[in-house]
Amino acid sequence: MQELSPTAFLISSSIKVFLVFSVSLLVVAYMTLLERRVSGFIQDRLGPNRVGPFGLLQPIADGIKNFLKEETMPATANRPFFILAPMLSIFLAVVLIGVVPFAAPLPTPWGVVDMVVADIPVGILFILAFSSLGVYGTVLAGWASNNKYAFLGALRSSSQMVSYEVALGLSLIPVFILAGNVTLTEIVWQQQMLGFWYLFPLSLAFLLFVISGFAETNRLPFDMPEAESELVTGYHTEYSSMKFSMFMIGEYAHILVVSALMATLFLGGWSVPFWSGDHMFWYEGMLISGFTAAGEPVAAEPAIWKTLLTLAAFALKTGFFILVFVWVRWTLPRFRYDQVMHLGWKVMLPTSLAYVMLVAATVLVLDQMAVEGFLFGAVLTAVSAVATGIFVFALDRDRIMSGASRSRSGEVREVRTPVAQSGLRPRLAGAEMGGESDYTSK
Amino acid sequence: MIEILFYIFAAVAVGSAFGVVLQKNPVGSLLFMVATLASLAGIFVLFEAHFLAAIQIIVYAGAIMVLFLFVIMLLNLGHDYRRDIQVGVGMVLAFATTGLIAGILVRQFGGAETSPMLAAFPGPEGMDALLAEQGIIGAIARPLFTDYVIVFELTGILLLVALVGAIAIAKRRV
Repeated sequence: MQELSPTAFLISSSIKVFLVFSVSLLVVAYMTLLERRVSGFIQDRLGPNRVGPFGLLQPIADGIKNFLKEETMPATANRPFFILAPMLSIFLAVVLIGVVPFAAPLPTPWGVVDMVVADIPVGILFILAFSSLGVYGTVLAGWASNNKYAFLGALRSSSQMVSYEVALGLSLIPVFILAGNVTLTEIVWQQQMLGFWYLFPLSLAFLLFVISGFAETNRLPFDMPEAESELVTGYHTEYSSMKFSMFMIGEYAHILVVSALMATLFLGGWSVPFWSGDHMFWYEGMLISGFTAAGEPVAAEPAIWKTLLTLAAFALKTGFFILVFVWVRWTLPRFRYDQVMHLGWKVMLPTSLAYVMLVAATVLVLDQMAVEGFLFGAVLTAVSAVATGIFVFALDRDRIMSGASRSRSGEVREVRTPVAQSGLRPRLAGAEMGGESDYTSK
Repeated sequence: MIEILFYIFAAVAVGSAFGVVLQKNPVGSLLFMVATLASLAGIFVLFEAHFLAAIQIIVYAGAIMVLFLFVIMLLNLGHDYRRDIQVGVGMVLAFATTGLIAGILVRQFGGAETSPMLAAFPGPEGMDALLAEQGIIGAIARPLFTDYVIVFELTGILLLVALVGAIAIAKRRV
């Protein structure tokens, strides 16, 4: 199968840009409906179900409503920045979709078309770069509104996003170590070759990525910038009509991108599990499906039905994470501000650094011992499972984070098991507490 | 095509750099600075230096400039349009510094053959071979962690010292 000619590349890229962005925005519109219906389900009510069958036309009605509403401009706002902020928000979220590969390459009469808008050599770094710019939209909105609630939201968002970017970047380093590259297509390929989704050999990286992903998208439990019970609606308090809507579209597009990234980096992207028919990768100008034992590349057989199947697999994986985002929002309460900072700097950062060292050391040892294939993945999975177990154990049971009742010195630790609270085993509880049993038996 | 794009990015970079100096609003200056950095990243991409471009955006536009913005907003400089640049000694110093930097740059790049920086450059073919062999990140990472590892580590220690110092100074006031 040959590569595309320059003209065909130009035409196919234009079509891909148009299709990918319209489909993404459509998905974003229906994510709002999903969120409202699922929240209705969780709270034992119906959610919007009046417009169209099952409420399916609700996003369109919302869109029309937002266009027709009155646009307000606060008198004291800084006009150019006030208008610039929602544009930045939506642009920086939507542009990220362009580098995510969403299906296996599609064969056409003019050559094989990659199912990604731009397969750039610095894939993930591009995403990190543009999501690190995303904070400008929020911060400018809060600052330009000249409103104290909006301003507080902007301050919170800038410190929160800077804090969690560090952990986000560090949680990706194990992926780079294992894949040996930062290109998203190659990360998918390496997962197909290893036979493991990176979710298993890099379970702790996945966990850290999910947590920082929630923080980066300002979703509950990290929605400090718009905490509506304290800050009205935070940074977009002063916005109305379509400008407000643009922030919402930006936020949901960001969720879509982060979900797609979780699927691509840790769940094998568009590859269908337990099936080698979809293994495809450009290797020295040739689309290959793997190597023979002698190291000779084997040509791949792209097909339209394979592209559609892998697209479905990708949509399923991404959709699952979108559902998790909604699910978490209606399950967990919001963090307090100091808890957000504590988690970011004192928990996530050291953990991700330690985990980078652990993965690097394990990979080095396995390489030295010339371990490859299934055993390589299995050993890493075991090591990561232990690390994840320790991390979760430490996070749990108030060992690292706790509520307001914890003493400032951090030496006293409450044990919140029913047994300890009822005072049935004061001696044991006291021993764990380092002798300060009267603190917990109040 | 690449040449046209280069001139567009270069014009945006220079224009935004003027914007940084001419804006009286600190937040406006900062945004123009971000635009300058972003267009420089665009120029890096045109030179196939994708990694540098990404790092430029991540580190400068995404992290350092956000910190600047944070500080500007915390000090609440943004809504105050007073000029606090002192005409006089400050102006002279500013012109002297700019002239010095310009002079150094002209000396470095004016005589192309004698410049040690350009002498170390392997040329377009050499760069292509290097990129094909070591990849886009390897071409930067290998020299950084082999030939220049001591300088690299010393820079790291310098930054650590600055960090510890900043924390120590900030703590004292509380």
